[in-house]
Amino acid sequence: MQGFLDNLIRHFGHDPATWPWTQFVYLGGMALFAFAVINFAAITAGIFSWAERRVAARMQSRVGPNRVGPGGFLQWVADAVKLLTKEDLVPAEADKILFRAAPYFMMVGFACVFVALPFSHRLVIADMNIGIFFIIAVTALIVVGIIMSGWSSNSKWSLFGAIRSAAQIISYEIPGGIALMIPVMLAGTLSTQGIIRAQGGLPWQWFVFDNPAAFVAFVIYFISALAEGNRTPFDLPEAESELVSGYNTEYSGMRFSYFFLVEWGNMWVMSALATTMFLGGWQIPGVSAATLDAATGGTAVALELLSLAIFVGKTLFWVFVVMWLRWTLPRIRVDQMMNMCWKYLVPMSFAAVAFVAVWMLVVHAVPALGLVMRAIMFVLGVAFTVFFVYRTAQNIRDTGDKFDFTSNW
Amino acid sequence: MTEARRAPETPTMEMTSNKEVLRRIEYTGDMLLNMGPQHPSTHGVINFLVQTDGEVMKRAIPEVGYLHRSLEKIGEKVTYNGYMPYTDRVDYITAMCANQGYAMAVERLLAVTVPKRAEYCRTIATELNRISSHLVSLGTMAMDVGAVTPFPYALREREFINDLLEELCGARLTYNYLRIGGVAYDLPEGYAEKLVTFLDHFEKILPEFNRLITYNEIFVQRLAGLAPISPEMAIDYCLVGPNLRASGVKFDVRKDIPYSIYPEVQFEVPVGRGEVGVTGDSWDRFWVRCEEMRQSCRILRQCVAQIPKGEVMAKMPRKIKMTEGLEAYSRIESSRGDMQYYVVAGAGENAYRVKVRTGSFTAMGIIDVLSRGLMIADLVALIASLDVVAPEIDR
Repeated sequence: MQGFLDNLIRHFGHDPATWPWTQFVYLGGMALFAFAVINFAAITAGIFSWAERRVAARMQSRVGPNRVGPGGFLQWVADAVKLLTKEDLVPAEADKILFRAAPYFMMVGFACVFVALPFSHRLVIADMNIGIFFIIAVTALIVVGIIMSGWSSNSKWSLFGAIRSAAQIISYEIPGGIALMIPVMLAGTLSTQGIIRAQGGLPWQWFVFDNPAAFVAFVIYFISALAEGNRTPFDLPEAESELVSGYNTEYSGMRFSYFFLVEWGNMWVMSALATTMFLGGWQIPGVSAATLDAATGGTAVALELLSLAIFVGKTLFWVFVVMWLRWTLPRIRVDQMMNMCWKYLVPMSFAAVAFVAVWMLVVHAVPALGLVMRAIMFVLGVAFTVFFVYRTAQNIRDTGDKFDFTSNW
Repeated sequence: MTEARRAPETPTMEMTSNKEVLRRIEYTGDMLLNMGPQHPSTHGVINFLVQTDGEVMKRAIPEVGYLHRSLEKIGEKVTYNGYMPYTDRVDYITAMCANQGYAMAVERLLAVTVPKRAEYCRTIATELNRISSHLVSLGTMAMDVGAVTPFPYALREREFINDLLEELCGARLTYNYLRIGGVAYDLPEGYAEKLVTFLDHFEKILPEFNRLITYNEIFVQRLAGLAPISPEMAIDYCLVGPNLRASGVKFDVRKDIPYSIYPEVQFEVPVGRGEVGVTGDSWDRFWVRCEEMRQSCRILRQCVAQIPKGEVMAKMPRKIKMTEGLEAYSRIESSRGDMQYYVVAGAGENAYRVKVRTGSFTAMGIIDVLSRGLMIADLVALIASLDVVAPEIDR
């Protein structure tokens, strides 16, 4: 971002190092980017809320919202307007300051992630050298917001939700964080852009197929991300059939919408992070990062857009998977959730880190072995996909269902 | 195999009022949680006084009576025929069975023989209603465990049944189809074909439903070994219907105290086998209902094949009057188990006393005992697995 602004200043014939207004331009730039990022986050979350309802409807043989705009696409705008105009109710017995402040903690923790999250080859707010570390750190603010909201509501159900959420998010940050260390080890950097650059455009160049431990790490990361984002099967903090609505039971209007904005926006965050760390990010198949750096003019713009499309495409696929899981799986119980984290995911993530450390030494000694392993992992991945498609087709044939993607819009 | 998380012996019950219990909880330092009457998963207006220490419950005391509508008292105030619509409201998820129990009791008082065709119509209606009731039960149970998708799947199939029953009697929920001495309407034209088409479709849906939820690993983990009820305990607590059969007791009124045309049809009585956990656990209660739907399909197919021609209504007097003091008792297998009507004839056109005995009410009694040491999430699954329906508890 700084480089972009420096170039802008140079374009107008000033030297950014000596020009007295440089700091103000930086400040203005920061405000502009912050505005853009928060709006991007809010609008994606809004669109996901519509998408989720449509996907859920399709999975449940319902129609879903289809009245506002084409295919109901503007439903999220209508919802936002409704929530904004609703009364902002604060319960009489609530701790008023904490109750009002809690949604902002969640919002800040969520919006800050976008600072270090890449979108394409050049499009990233700040390519920090501690990118991943920053993302993991600011995400922890969300749990502060949840605990505050649960405690301050002065409702037993909210408190239950908050305590569950605290236990869950803090526990799952450990395997999730350790799993994210594996791409960091393989790439040798914490910078998100650096990690993407260390991968390639083709699937077997992605970190997820690098070795078995990296694949395990991807799965662990994905499970942990589901848990941290309170998504089914880990939606215990807001389990509507047990805790009414969990930590947000007492909220209404705008503050309530913040909680859901964060929940839906988090789907983008977890999927974008998975894409960045394990699935090659914005890398275009057959075009190296060096070629992208060197490109100029129209080619550069075209390649930039292509890399953006690839990143967004991969991310949206995983967003869909997250929705798919939510509408397929039941919820696990609190003790099972804890067992799974501490008895399985944490040891497995440590073992994966140890394996990757040894594997990196082995590959350093015999580089051919790394290629063979990548090939094997990729073939296994393809085989699994084929098997999955075959089983799905078989199930559909057994039931005699018909594909119908066009009606009911 | 999952171990039972609670020893299945019968603990002693303390007979204390709820008020006394509340007072005691205050002194223990545990949290008192009022689950209900507006809680999303109590299946109607029921309240549970939950004494918890964090997530682990020490006790959950059901508090019933929020949906009491004096249905038994109404039975003394209206005529015998006039009471029939009220029986729909005894259990509106299985209104046909509730109709049938009352009709049978009054027919025994009058010593009327119901025409064969009417009995077949009744069986078709009640078995369809049993399937639709079990669909609601299974769908809501899956939803209480956190899986939302099986619920619309179940309700989609229930819609077909509602359509079929609507065609039969014009109503989709409170049918008022049965009459004392027969049924209100004969089967409409082409009804048998429609029924068979539905059964062909539905029998393919059942395995799909099992793939979707019954054998889902998380679902099994949640329910296997959860709150097992031993056969002795189930009998001690007067459990009936699928709850009793899930504990391994093979008792079905349709088989053991046959009524209507059930001796003429072949069907199995599924009992819990502890396939994934302990016999009588919550998963068994879910599975038994799945199997019962399959058996109901079998019964329906036989009914369609065997139904004779003839009248659907016996010769009945316009006004039913009986000798004062006559009494009759009927037992039928409702989808929530052994439903019993006790009717004592009064002096005029009204009954002197109508008593309804329902499965949900007794099932509520066992929750206090089973809930000790479970978690809050388990309580929700336990209530759902017992398939309690609020109107049937309170009448």
